[in-house]
Amino acid sequence: MADLTEDLNTPRPLASATARPLALPGGERGLALLSWAVPLFLVLIWELAARAGWLSPQVLPAPSKVAQTAWALIGQGRLLSDLGASLLRAAAGFAIGGSLGFVLGTAVGFSRLAEALLDRSVQMVRAIPFLALLPLVIVWFGVDEGGKVFLVALGVLFPIYINTVLGIRQVDPKLIELGRVTGLGPWALVRRIVLPGALPSILAGVRYALAVAWLALVIAETLATTTGIGYLAMDAREFLRTDVIVLTIVIYALIGVASDAVARALERRQLAWHPNYAARRSA
Amino acid sequence: MSTQNPQNTSPQAETAVQVQGLVRRYGERVVLPQLSLSIARGEFVVLLGESGCGKTTLLRALAGLDAIDAGRIDGPRQPAVVFQEPRLLPWDPLWRNVCLGLDDARGRPLAEAALVEVGLQGRSEDWPRNLSGGQAQRVALARALVREPRLLLLDEPFAALDALTRLRMHGLVRELVERHRPGVLLVTHDVDEAIALAHRVLVMRDGVIAAEHAVSAAARGHRAHPEAVDLRERLLAELGVETEAAPPAAWGPAARAA
Repeated sequence: MADLTEDLNTPRPLASATARPLALPGGERGLALLSWAVPLFLVLIWELAARAGWLSPQVLPAPSKVAQTAWALIGQGRLLSDLGASLLRAAAGFAIGGSLGFVLGTAVGFSRLAEALLDRSVQMVRAIPFLALLPLVIVWFGVDEGGKVFLVALGVLFPIYINTVLGIRQVDPKLIELGRVTGLGPWALVRRIVLPGALPSILAGVRYALAVAWLALVIAETLATTTGIGYLAMDAREFLRTDVIVLTIVIYALIGVASDAVARALERRQLAWHPNYAARRSA
Repeated sequence: MSTQNPQNTSPQAETAVQVQGLVRRYGERVVLPQLSLSIARGEFVVLLGESGCGKTTLLRALAGLDAIDAGRIDGPRQPAVVFQEPRLLPWDPLWRNVCLGLDDARGRPLAEAALVEVGLQGRSEDWPRNLSGGQAQRVALARALVREPRLLLLDEPFAALDALTRLRMHGLVRELVERHRPGVLLVTHDVDEAIALAHRVLVMRDGVIAAEHAVSAAARGHRAHPEAVDLRERLLAELGVETEAAPPAAWGPAARAA
């Protein structure tokens, strides 16, 4: 894939010239390093401010203190098991909501009948901010795992649904016609033309859904729980352990970054053919 | 092949497609009132006409893309079609585009061979986005020919290409048709293209074949040949285009512009 994208860049001097109006000595690599330098610098300032005593440890503990806390919690075996519990909830919710959204989206994307039957109802449920269902979810599921998984699934369902419908609708009808002319059966038509054509849109939905999944999880885990990153935060609040609270926030952020990276890698792999994704590999 | 006059050999020539009394309506409007046509294998028929005269309607009916209202078409259920746009699947490498509709394992060697035939050797793993318009249309031709069709339908396949690429494509398509010998129906509004490629030119007006000309082997593909020049004038006249009365050589381009 790498050499293909390289090939792509060579015949387009104009595009790269407009994309880089300012020539820096380090080139692309220099820019990438620079983009990391700024957040590192901010963390450094934070550390210095905390050590100098400008920041009260009650308000914002030093990054080094947060790292120590993380190490200690890992030592106690708590951090990893809580992280595991959270990841499991997210994965289960994402799998359930994602597959439901995909199946509904595929049906509605293909069939006017399915659209008439389903789309309005789905759109009406979508209009509810899913977090507004929280009290109801507690009544239905109590404070068990079920409620948390349900909330994540609900949050994930709509972005996947909408992007799947959109992706299928946007497939070029001329390519469908080509499929008919080359004698593809209905299943081959879907597999060779419709789904690949809808994939960019579906993957954009996946990326958005991952962000929603974490948001849903943060909220769900602040309910009475005894495991999970959210529980760690709630527990720490009781004892005013700001270091642990900051740690949980950092963990949520890292998970978000990691899941986004996974989604991007998936896009780059699956959409290697797509000019937009191939050209954007340094982004 | 080039010396063969398909009309003389029609008794023993295998028929690629036979159309009888074809009628096609869009609501109240009758696009094809009553059309009959026969194309032999190896014969290159060009259907010439203005936009909206019904030529694409005929081609789509032959391709099985549109239903017909009356009449019958005796021909392959699955003719190969090349459209004006290459219509390559951007997510498949070239070889997979070429053998679309065939089994991958069986089709791949055929696709590789077809790509070599259209002058794209070594590109089979490439993505369609890296191709020029002419190259993409070559892939579309390879995709059409890889299934060794009895009937090849070309719907203004070179209209979107620049003039030089178009001339090169004419040479290529003539060569490919001679080798694979499908019956060909090419739809165009380009008179020069018709003379360059056709064994037989049909002029269509309002859904009716208004005129028919055989192109001799000498005139075919030789635009300066007196017969070709003469045919060009006649075709333009039949299409209702006013042509210059005097031979163009006597007039300068400046005189014509004035």
